[in-house]
Amino acid sequence: MIPPPFEYAAPKTIPEAIALLDQDSSAKILAGGQSLIPLMKFRLASPAFLVDINRIDGLEYIHEEGDWLRIGALTRESTLDQSALVHTRYPLLADTTHLIADPTVRNLATLGGNLSHADPANDHPAAMLAYGAQVAVVGPRGSRTIPVDRFFTGPFESVLAHDEILTEIRIPVPKPFSTGAYVKMERRVGDFATAAVAVQLRLDGSGQCLTAGIGLTNVGLTPIKAHAAEQILVGRRLDDSLIREAARLAGEAADPQDDQRGSGDYKRFLVRTLTVRALRSALGRMNGGM
Amino acid sequence: MADLTADEVVQGLGHSRKRVEDMRFLQGRGNYIDDIKLPGMLSLDIVRSPYAHARIKSIKTEKATAIPGVLAVITGETLKKYNVHNMPTLMSDTQMVLPIDTVEYQFQEVAGVLATDRFVAADGVAAVEVEYEPLPVVVDPKKALLPGAPKVREDKPDNHIWHWEWGDKQNTDRAFEKADTTVSEDIYIPRIHVSSIETCGCVAQWDPIEKHLTLYMTTQAPHAIRTVVALVTAHLGLSEERIRVISPDIGGGFGGKVPVYPGYVIAVAASIVTGLPVKWIETRTENLAADSFARDYHIHAELAADKDNKMTALRINTIADHGYTDAAANPSKWPAGLFNICTGSYDFKNGFVAVDGVYTNKPPGGIAYRCSFRVTEAVFTVERMTDILAHTLGVDPAEFRLSNFVKPEQFPYKSALGWEYDSGNYAAALRKAMNMIEYDELRKEQARKREKGELMGIGISSFTEIVGAGPSKDFDILGIKMFDSCEIRIHPTGKAIARFGTKSQGQGHETTYAQIIAEELGIPADAIKVEEGDTDTAPYGLGTYASRSTPTAGAAAAIASRKIRAKARKIAAHLLEAAEDDLEWERGKFYVKGSPGRFKTIQEIAFAAYTNHPQGMEAGLEAVDYYDPPNLTYPFGSYICVVDIDRGTGQVKVRRFVAVDDCGTRINPMIVEGQIHGGLTMGFAPALLEEITYDESGNIMNPNFMDYLLPTAVETPRWETGETVTPSPHHPIGAKGVGESATVGAPAAIANAVVDAMWYLGVRNIDIPLTPPKVWAILKEHGMALEE
Amino acid sequence: MANHHISLTVNGLKVEADVEPRLLLVYFLRENLNLTGTHIGCDTTSCGACTVHLNGKAVKSCTVLAVQADGGRVKTVEGLVQDGKLHPIQEGFHMEHGLQCGFCTPGMMMAAVSLLEQNPDPTEDQIRWGISGNLCRCTGYVNIVKSIRYAAEKMRAQSSIPQAPVGAVEVKNG
Repeated sequence: MIPPPFEYAAPKTIPEAIALLDQDSSAKILAGGQSLIPLMKFRLASPAFLVDINRIDGLEYIHEEGDWLRIGALTRESTLDQSALVHTRYPLLADTTHLIADPTVRNLATLGGNLSHADPANDHPAAMLAYGAQVAVVGPRGSRTIPVDRFFTGPFESVLAHDEILTEIRIPVPKPFSTGAYVKMERRVGDFATAAVAVQLRLDGSGQCLTAGIGLTNVGLTPIKAHAAEQILVGRRLDDSLIREAARLAGEAADPQDDQRGSGDYKRFLVRTLTVRALRSALGRMNGGM
Repeated sequence: MADLTADEVVQGLGHSRKRVEDMRFLQGRGNYIDDIKLPGMLSLDIVRSPYAHARIKSIKTEKATAIPGVLAVITGETLKKYNVHNMPTLMSDTQMVLPIDTVEYQFQEVAGVLATDRFVAADGVAAVEVEYEPLPVVVDPKKALLPGAPKVREDKPDNHIWHWEWGDKQNTDRAFEKADTTVSEDIYIPRIHVSSIETCGCVAQWDPIEKHLTLYMTTQAPHAIRTVVALVTAHLGLSEERIRVISPDIGGGFGGKVPVYPGYVIAVAASIVTGLPVKWIETRTENLAADSFARDYHIHAELAADKDNKMTALRINTIADHGYTDAAANPSKWPAGLFNICTGSYDFKNGFVAVDGVYTNKPPGGIAYRCSFRVTEAVFTVERMTDILAHTLGVDPAEFRLSNFVKPEQFPYKSALGWEYDSGNYAAALRKAMNMIEYDELRKEQARKREKGELMGIGISSFTEIVGAGPSKDFDILGIKMFDSCEIRIHPTGKAIARFGTKSQGQGHETTYAQIIAEELGIPADAIKVEEGDTDTAPYGLGTYASRSTPTAGAAAAIASRKIRAKARKIAAHLLEAAEDDLEWERGKFYVKGSPGRFKTIQEIAFAAYTNHPQGMEAGLEAVDYYDPPNLTYPFGSYICVVDIDRGTGQVKVRRFVAVDDCGTRINPMIVEGQIHGGLTMGFAPALLEEITYDESGNIMNPNFMDYLLPTAVETPRWETGETVTPSPHHPIGAKGVGESATVGAPAAIANAVVDAMWYLGVRNIDIPLTPPKVWAILKEHGMALEE
Repeated sequence: MANHHISLTVNGLKVEADVEPRLLLVYFLRENLNLTGTHIGCDTTSCGACTVHLNGKAVKSCTVLAVQADGGRVKTVEGLVQDGKLHPIQEGFHMEHGLQCGFCTPGMMMAAVSLLEQNPDPTEDQIRWGISGNLCRCTGYVNIVKSIRYAAEKMRAQSSIPQAPVGAVEVKNG
């Protein structure tokens, strides 16, 4: 309940923050703190130095620019949840942010934090995989852009260097006849997913699928991009039997462990069910008029 | 002048009086244990064992005591010098305060760190180094009973604690032999945890000059604690008149704040040694891992019926997992609580129940979580078995119950296991619930859905509760009889103060006790101050748990009021210059028979008690009553639950839940309804969400709110409630307890609904909690899992 | 470890203090400022008993460092009463029996006020969703929903009446 002692600084600029991270190899970034502080209270994480980046201006925004929706890394989940832009044009993102933790935690939790913490149980990674999103990262050696499908390397591991800060998330602006959905099975509100499935589709005017993105939450050591399930949809109309086939393939892509949320078999089954539901939900939105 | 006797002014029985307690809670001015701050107060934190069973090889404290602000590390050896390293349990077993050489459960207290504040104390705990030698662990009570099983207790011959049985075994066995139909089932009711939002804690304040101990404590039974502390510390020079236990505002009890936990004793010891106040507040993890457990009953149940589908006999054998010591908070003659209420609402002619208590390497407990002393276990068993029997016979479960209920004309009813039920009308409650939920339509809907492969279930629980412990011939806690008390004093201006031996943890006693007295005396409830929880001022009582307050202390309030009224009559006669027999009482005043214009109000009488009392009579207007109930009270009800099972996820959704409760006279309907809502939620949660689990090494898997799942407002069903009113004939105001009824009755309604949905597939029983993976496994087994 | 100086307003009053970075906001409120109305009920950010408003948003104060509140404004349950009158949420909880033991209540009310500020006329589903970060063991939530409905109605009625601005009292705490 009581964290161990640590040093703390709240820099006003990114270069200052990076310099502080460089000084101490156990320094950690404090963004929303809704994942980090609980770990520190249990003394499961004991960084000697906390670099609070919440005072850095210019990291909270949501706007479309050219081909990308650009979201500042410090954008709070509740801001995403209340954004009309996100609701109307990015239903997958809207679904996902709505289901993270609980409403109060969402006031502080950030999109950037949810990704950089790299917990395979977090919700945004699967959605970002389905979107084919990118993240922008700044470090002492400059900035770089990383596609999300190369970002996660293991449980709580990403390609982020110790002294790099994730600054922006970019989602492709949807082309016409795009739709998406996130369906999450949780034991109770506020829980991590027992399993969850994110889908993002682009169809043509006649209902044929042009591109498909399918991401899976908490059924592997990292978030999973269900490649085979995606591929089977491309170039075809999404009828019932194709949806089931994609679901079957998504289940095969999952690599879940037995744990308190259920057995691996159960979670694989859930992935199949939730893939069907996510695809149907996405298509249903389309028919509802997007 | 306003009519002081009007209902809305008096706010007596039946009035949904708004709560007096609310004002301080709503403004953040509650006085909970962690709000208490005393000058010089120190903080106690506790080092705990990572092993479920281990020998302690060494405890190194140098790194901890080197931290500035850490004053001492207290171990079992420290306490042994004062012979307080062990303490008796409520079931006369022994519990360690701190171990000397062996730990018996994961998270057991191993050492206490005393520091200037809780931050330093936490650092101190992290710095204490304990070396352990792990020992074999026993987690399964059935395995614990096998020959050659590792012994949990070195001071005992084996892991079997006691055998308890009740009923006529011979006649019951005969009834089973003769029966036309019998069913049997293994039912496991897993370990759960009360998880009141406030954890446990205390502030121990030893005054070395006055040799006086003030113990602020989250306790549901302050007087019992005072006496126990006095007995346990007598050899250290403490004396009961110099011990004051104060139970402040308590953030939920549910039975979890009845036992004496090691942290309390260590805090007392630390305060005595330092002469300073010591505060101990446990974290949620400590709370979930080390105290406040309930259930953990492995039950084998059988029912017998004759050819007319009348149930004739009930036979139950149970293994009770008590953890490493029997510290269950039972009345002393009842090691399995009131489990023998298991004949329930039905007219069984024969019954036999046997329970065996077993030691395992887990924390001690068993009696908590709104269970009325194992009544939840008993009701769950009989309601599940009744449903199994009804389904086996192909009879509608509602009809089956109606034809097997004890009938109204049979009350007072002596059950086959010896309880005399005071009053009841079970059929009326069930019929009301059936009407409210439109039962017949639901069965038709279920049939239609079944044809389409949709799984819908309807479950009933028609429970009889047994609360109000209890009559002195059968009930005591460590020898102290289970009466309860009320002391009322009327002031000259006609206002009153009333003190009780019980202790509310949210039940609203400050509001409802005043209503009882208001009804009896006609003094407006707003003019009656109610106090509980300070052993220096409150009359002796056994506290609040097992729904006993209204049946015992509520009765005492009525009787004490009537003693006051008897004296008031004498004073009124004196004031009115009439004979006592010529006076009539109408709530709030005595008037002369035939001359209603000649009256004296209770306020005038109160004033006269101090200014104009009759010569030869003592001044003042007060009374105390210690109420020894002649019987328990038997609230009852019928609950009906409708569930839909999602074949794609195994998730059970409660579509509707109707609860009809009968607690006799309803003192404050608003508060009764609130108790039902809360109780239903604590019945729903164990049915679908909650279970404390251990692995084979005795590691607790979910000692936190991430993985021990309390329902939020989203999961919790929208409860629909109704009532019938069948007063208790022996209670002074006809009231029965009600706080736990819904927790007792609800789990079976949900479990019955889920099994009902899948009975046609061949499913007979599923143990709670009915989690999605568990339900899915059954769907899969029966080819009903559907990936969409 | 160096202490940090923080300066913030709490319930409209200016507060200055020197605190360890590891001091959680909930402990700062309860221990340093003696505002014990905000409670601690768990250690996994699950129960919401510690909910306060930080810069106008509901947060779980057990998962925020006091230093993070530097320069900010905090509102706790003690700040709900205005001009000696109960806030509509407090009145609602009283009239509809939305509390029993009272321990979850301050956090529950702060979460509810935040919900109503964003959504002045919520449906029952929206209310239940809005308080899903707050656990209650006593009430079964039915009356909490009614209490919030009551408050919503009262707040909507009040907002159509023009009110004089309330000045914040600024007192330095030593």
